Parts: sequence; C-alpha cells; structure tokens
Amino acid sequence: MEDYEQFRQVAEKNREGNVRIPSGCAICGYFSRKGNALPASDAVNAMSYMHDRSNGLGGGFAGYGIYPDFPDHYAFHVFYDNDRAREETETFLKARFDISNMERIPTRKVYGIKGAPLIWRYFGTLLPEVKAHTELDEEEYVCRSVIHINTGIKGAYVFSSGKNMGVFKGVGYPEDVGEYYCLDGYKGYCWTAHGRYPTNTPGWWGGAHPFNILGYTVVHNGEISSYDANRRFMEIYGYKCTLLTDTEVITYIIDYLHRKRKLTLSDVAKVIAPPFWSRIEKMEEQEREKLTTLRNMYAPLLITGPFSIILGYPGGMMALNDRLKLRSMVAAEKDDVVYVSSEECAIRSICPDPDRTWSPAGGEPVIVELDKECVK
Amino acid sequence: MIDYIQPDYEVVRNKDLCVKCKVCVRQCANQVHAYDEKRDALYVDNSKCVNCHRCVSLCPAHALKIVKTDHCFKPSANYTEDIIKDIYRQADSGGVLLSSMGTPKSYPVYWDKMLINASQVTNPSIDPLREPMEIKTFLGKKPEALEYLPDGSIKTEKYPNLELKVPIMFSAMSYGSISKNAHLCLARAARELGTFYNTGEGGLHEDLYEYGENTIVQVASGRFGVHPAYLRAGSAIEIKIGQGAKPGIGGHLPGSKIGEDVSRTRMIPMGSDAISPAPHHDIYSIEDLRQLVYSLKEATDYKKPVIVKIAAVHNVAAIASGIARSGADIIAIDGFRGGTGAAPTRIRDNVGIPVELALAAVDTRLREEGIRNNVGIVVGGSVRSSADVVKAVALGADAVYIATPALLALGCHLCRSCHSGRCNWGIATQIPELVNRLNPDIGARRLVNLVTAWAHEIMEMMGGMGINSIEALRGNRLMLRGIGLSQKELDILGIKHAGE
Repeated sequence: MEDYEQFRQVAEKNREGNVRIPSGCAICGYFSRKGNALPASDAVNAMSYMHDRSNGLGGGFAGYGIYPDFPDHYAFHVFYDNDRAREETETFLKARFDISNMERIPTRKVYGIKGAPLIWRYFGTLLPEVKAHTELDEEEYVCRSVIHINTGIKGAYVFSSGKNMGVFKGVGYPEDVGEYYCLDGYKGYCWTAHGRYPTNTPGWWGGAHPFNILGYTVVHNGEISSYDANRRFMEIYGYKCTLLTDTEVITYIIDYLHRKRKLTLSDVAKVIAPPFWSRIEKMEEQEREKLTTLRNMYAPLLITGPFSIILGYPGGMMALNDRLKLRSMVAAEKDDVVYVSSEECAIRSICPDPDRTWSPAGGEPVIVELDKECVK
Repeated sequence: MIDYIQPDYEVVRNKDLCVKCKVCVRQCANQVHAYDEKRDALYVDNSKCVNCHRCVSLCPAHALKIVKTDHCFKPSANYTEDIIKDIYRQADSGGVLLSSMGTPKSYPVYWDKMLINASQVTNPSIDPLREPMEIKTFLGKKPEALEYLPDGSIKTEKYPNLELKVPIMFSAMSYGSISKNAHLCLARAARELGTFYNTGEGGLHEDLYEYGENTIVQVASGRFGVHPAYLRAGSAIEIKIGQGAKPGIGGHLPGSKIGEDVSRTRMIPMGSDAISPAPHHDIYSIEDLRQLVYSLKEATDYKKPVIVKIAAVHNVAAIASGIARSGADIIAIDGFRGGTGAAPTRIRDNVGIPVELALAAVDTRLREEGIRNNVGIVVGGSVRSSADVVKAVALGADAVYIATPALLALGCHLCRSCHSGRCNWGIATQIPELVNRLNPDIGARRLVNLVTAWAHEIMEMMGGMGINSIEALRGNRLMLRGIGLSQKELDILGIKHAGE
C-alpha cells in the first residue's frame, strides 16, 4: 500500500502541467473529401503497425462527423477523478448549456489499460439567455468555459469540446485505447490518431493526445525547441498553457491564427513553418512582401525543432512538417481519401494500393477539405 | 605640495632587449617616456602612465611591460587603496571625481550566472555549417491583425521597422567623445554588416551622411547638432533619456575636445564646454515624452522608428511600460555596467541596476500588460560576448547594443582614461596626430570581423539548442538555467535553476 502511495505521488508530481515532458510519437490520419463515413477501426489498425513508435504511455484518436444525431451540439468528453468533480462540473455545465444527452462513454475491459478515470460525455447547446448576456462570441465563451473547468475544477478535465466530433484517448498503446473505447462502432469522414513515446513516466489520461479545443484537434510528433517563445507569446493573448506540452501550445497557436485572426490555414502554415529568408528574398514581389510581413508580425509563433502534426478541424485536415523535415511524414491518396502517417507501412496496412504516395516537403502543408457539395 | 598618490603602474623596460628606437617616446601622448641624449638613456615617468599598452604594443623589441605597482598601503578591507586615493584626490582638487568606461567594481554579472541549453537525443541539434541558420531580425512595432484583399494579398497596419542582418548594433558614442575616424569605422562596419551604428548626442559629421541608411541619429537633452536634415539622415531616431553609466545626469564634453569640426557638427562655439542637461527640458513627464516622439515622427513623415533609450533603474519595468504606450517603436535599456566617455565616478559605480534583471523585468511586464508587440527591446550596458547576446535574446531582447567591445576591436585597451582626451589609440581623442593613428579601413575590418565571429558563435549555440531562427530564441527562457542564484533572482529572471 505504501508502495502504491509513493507511486501515486511520483506520478502526480511528474504529470503534464507540473513538468515539461518531451515525447516522440507516431501519428496517422485520413480524410474523405466526399464526406464518406470511414471506420475508426482503420486508424486503430494502422497504429498497430507503428507499435514500436509508442511506449504504452499514451494513445488516442479524434473523429469528425461521428455524431450525426447531434450535429449542432457541443460534445463535451470529460475525465473525472471522482464523483465530486463530476457533480461540480455538471452543475457548471447545466448553468450554461442545454444538455440534451449525458452518459458514460461506452468502454470495454482491455488488458493493458488501467487507471482509467470516470469518462463521461455531454451533448449541449449554449443557453440562449447565457448567449444573450455574454460579451463574447459563442465559440470564445465555450472555449473559456472549457478552460475554466480544466483549470478551476480539481479532478475534472474536458478533453473534447467540438461539434459532431470527438476525442478518445488514454494511457496505453493506441490499439488498446481504441479497443477500450469500442471505436469499432464509430464512423466519420476524418480520423486522426496518435501513439505516444514520452521520455518521462506520467500516468495521466489528460496528457495523452490528440489535444483538442473546440473543433480543433492536434496530433503531434516531435519536440519543439521554440516552446517557451511560443508559450509566452500565446499567454499575452490570454491562453493558459497548463499542460506544458508542445501539442497544447501548437493547438492554441492554430486557434489564435485561424479562428481569431482569420488567417487561412496555408498562411497559418507559413507562420509556424515559414520558408527561409534566403528563399523569400528570391520570390516575386507580392509573395515576398506577404511572407516578410507574416514572418515579422507573427515572429514569436515560428516553431523550430522537429515536428510533424496533423490538425483536424470541422470539414478539413491539415498535415505539416517542420521546415527542415526533421520528422518523417508520408502522404497518400486513393480516390477521394487522403492519408497521412509517420510511416508508409501504416497507410499501406489500410490502403494497400494508393493512387499515389509522396513525402511532403518541410513547411509545405497538405490541406484537404470536404468538397463543397459534400458539406452538410 | 606633497603628492600623496603614488603611481598605480610601473613601466618596466628590459634594457638587454631595448634597441633605443624611441618609438615609445614618440607614441606616448602622456609623455611617460623620455630620451636623454647626453646619457643616451631612456627614462620613464610612471606617474603619467595610464596603462594603455600603446608603447608595449608598438615596441619592436618587446622590451616593455606594464606591471601593477606593489607599493602598498597598510591593508584594510574597509578603507581600500582605491578609497584612500579618491579621498586624497578630492582633498587636492575639491571636485567631483571623474571616470571613464564601465564600472570596474565587482558587482554580480548575471550573464555569467546563466547557462544555455543544448539538444540531446529527443530533439536533434542543427548544424549551421550544413543547414540554414537565421539571425535576421526586425525592430519595431508589429501589427496584430491582417485583412485579406480580393487578390489574395494581405493588408496590415504598417509600422516602420529596422531590419538587422545580425541582432547586434553599435551603441551611441558621440562624435566629440570619440574621433571622426572611430565614427567612420563604425559607420562602414555597420553598412557592411547590415546593421546600425548610433551617432550619440554629438550630431552627425557632414562626411558621414552617406552612411545614413545604417545610422541611428540621437536626440539627447542638449540637442547638439539636431536639425531637420540630421533627423532625416538616419534610419531611426533615438531619444536619449538616460545612459546606464550615469543615470539621472547629463553629459559633459570638455571645451578642449571642441575643435572646428566638432564645433560645426554640434552647432556650438569652439572651445566651449558641451554640457547637456540632466533631463530634457521639454520632458518632465511621460505625456511630454509622447509629444517629443510624435514631433520627431512628424518631422520625418512617420517613416522612421523612434527609439527611447533609458538607463536601467529600479522602476524600469513601469517606465518601459509607459514608453511602450507613448508611441515609441523601440525601447533601448542601458545597464549600469555600461561604458561612458566620462562620468562622475560615484554615479557610475553606484547608480542603476544590472541590465539582465532590467531586461527580464521589462519583458515580463510588457507581456503581462499585452503590449510587448508594441515595441522592440534592445539592451546594452555590458554585452561582452556572443554568449551574452544569446542570453539577452533568450531573456526577451530583440537585439543588443555593443560599444565597449567595438572600441576594444578598434584597439582600446580599457585604460579608462577617455576623459583625458589623450587616447593613444586615436579613439577617444580629437588631437589630429592621435586620430590619424586609427585607420578607418583597418578599424572597420576589425569590427566586421568581431561581429561576424559573434554571429557564427550565435548560430552555433542556436543550432545546439535545435533552433534555426532567432525568432524562436527570443524570450525562450526555458533555454536558460541559473547557476548559483537565489530563488528571488531566478524569479526576476524568469528562469529555472540548473538541474531543475
């Protein structure tokens, strides 16, 4: 018993937010341009081929278009340490949202998954009177509510908060996490997946990836050397980097540039992984002006160090490598489906005969979006 | 009258090596060396020696060396030799003690108490010999938002920025305090390096207008040499509120240094002392500063960034916050270990705070208030090496100002006697024979070499951290660790201790 207590204390001390934990990883994602419902089991299967890129300390998945019955509801997925945290969070949510449905997220017993928290989900819309009285726009209000729960309610952690999408993550190998969450029952037009290889010993489910805020999810492989420069810039704009992970700050950067500053995603990519000055100087005037302005005005958001990320967002997916391509990332295409993965074997495991495969250059984003006629 | 003060240094001549070429006699403007023809012997007057090494460096036989005298007072840890001598000097003269260059006192150097990170395994280091490594930076206010135009181009507010190919500029040294040749060296080097030098408060010599694109023109409390063409000549205008070596007081250039050229450049009579007042007499508060900032912008069509330079003092964070809201584009912070051509000794040695702490406090405060992107931050006042530059940038500076290292590159030996006006190296003097000793071509080359060498070292250190762009180093305090610092010091610097 004493041993357990000691383990718990160490685990608590070393969990995300208390220390900075670099990690290597495997990532994978696929997207149907026509909005076809693709099975989550493909993602689970693909990740099993990259088993050695994870070490059993974190795995997770994000799916889009998975809740067709509640397309306009915020789907909150929440981890609770105990019922007290759950009650407090539910009181908070019910005061602000019209909750149409709440339930335990279905799970099954899996060897290799242990220490799971209580896992609940809620489908809700913002109460009209709350919406009328806040100075903020709706998304910002929801975003701050999530941050409030995560930083203000002890033992509660909202790990998914978008509409018609959801994150499923935990401590374990990704294929076990997929099994645990019964992902074989889910379908969506886009899935992203993550297997984690942290260089530390956390045991906290909230620290697994994908990281989510509103409709954005990020899976990330790498260790960024610009972390503190990025973090300190984001904190100027009210973002609180509580997990101290790269993925968290990258998600906030994208949220800031794309949602708040309305930059196009290809320009977001040019801010975080810009071309070198030597290349910019050789560009035509208009492009040179634009890139110089972007690099200058958002200089603190440039990300250095190795990374490959897959960003999921409502209606689209973007994959991006750091500008030196210090992490492997392969893309492939078959009919209307685009695949991205750390290793090609994972893609071939679910799509043995792609129309083409390529290795996107550093800093060059792969962006896929739903065809216009397929947007519901 | 008895001279209570014995010489600090002894000039030692090895008579076996000396060839009596008398170069020492000709080179020493302080007349330390003398040749007696009758006896065919060389003599020295140690009392005149300032330990500038001119004679030592030029002696072809290496027959000379300067040693600190072992003549001593009765030792006391309280009344040290320096203190005793200063008291004698003031009892002799009744005056304020003057000194030059940065304080020699042993205050903590925080640069030396911070260590830089490097990558191992989880994150690759980047080799600057094989991969691009970017150290170009922009100084000035940044727009926050942009708009897309129908053709896909972007529209933002435009603010004047300085573009620096290296994050190192030459800090303010006036023509008058240093020679025209020294200014020429700085100007030429700045042009070649793609950076800037600063006129200081002495105006801009007419021969140097051609280097305007690489010049920052200063407007100080005396307004010496300030006129519309001067303001338009440079790429940026710096309002000097204070200097790290002498916060709270003005400048003093003795009339003996005001010859014809200096007089014309400064727009003051020949031979008159140039005494700039302690405050600007049109700036008694922050709103007055705003008016001067906008007057200067009006005078230059809002095309040039305005820098406000302040000395690092106790309340520096709040002052910087005020400046960031005053319309200034760049704040320059000068630390108390910074150099000077002449300052009252007691002020130089006792007033102000270290620039490392000031920088950390300012950067943190401006971020807390959400106005960090309104201004660029430049720090000076004892940035001595490329490692200091890396640490300054990691603490949050956009660029640094260097002056003492630049003078050292030109041959200065830090004898700290600039105020005498008899600089044997042709730097801090206006005596034509001495000024001619400084060759502008060679001097400029040495400055370019120095900064280029630092740039290489900066790139090596960045590469080691896995950072290939200086933007990603700026404010990246996780890349620093303190060594031997108290928790309070770590908190102010915003860094962790080594091992954490």
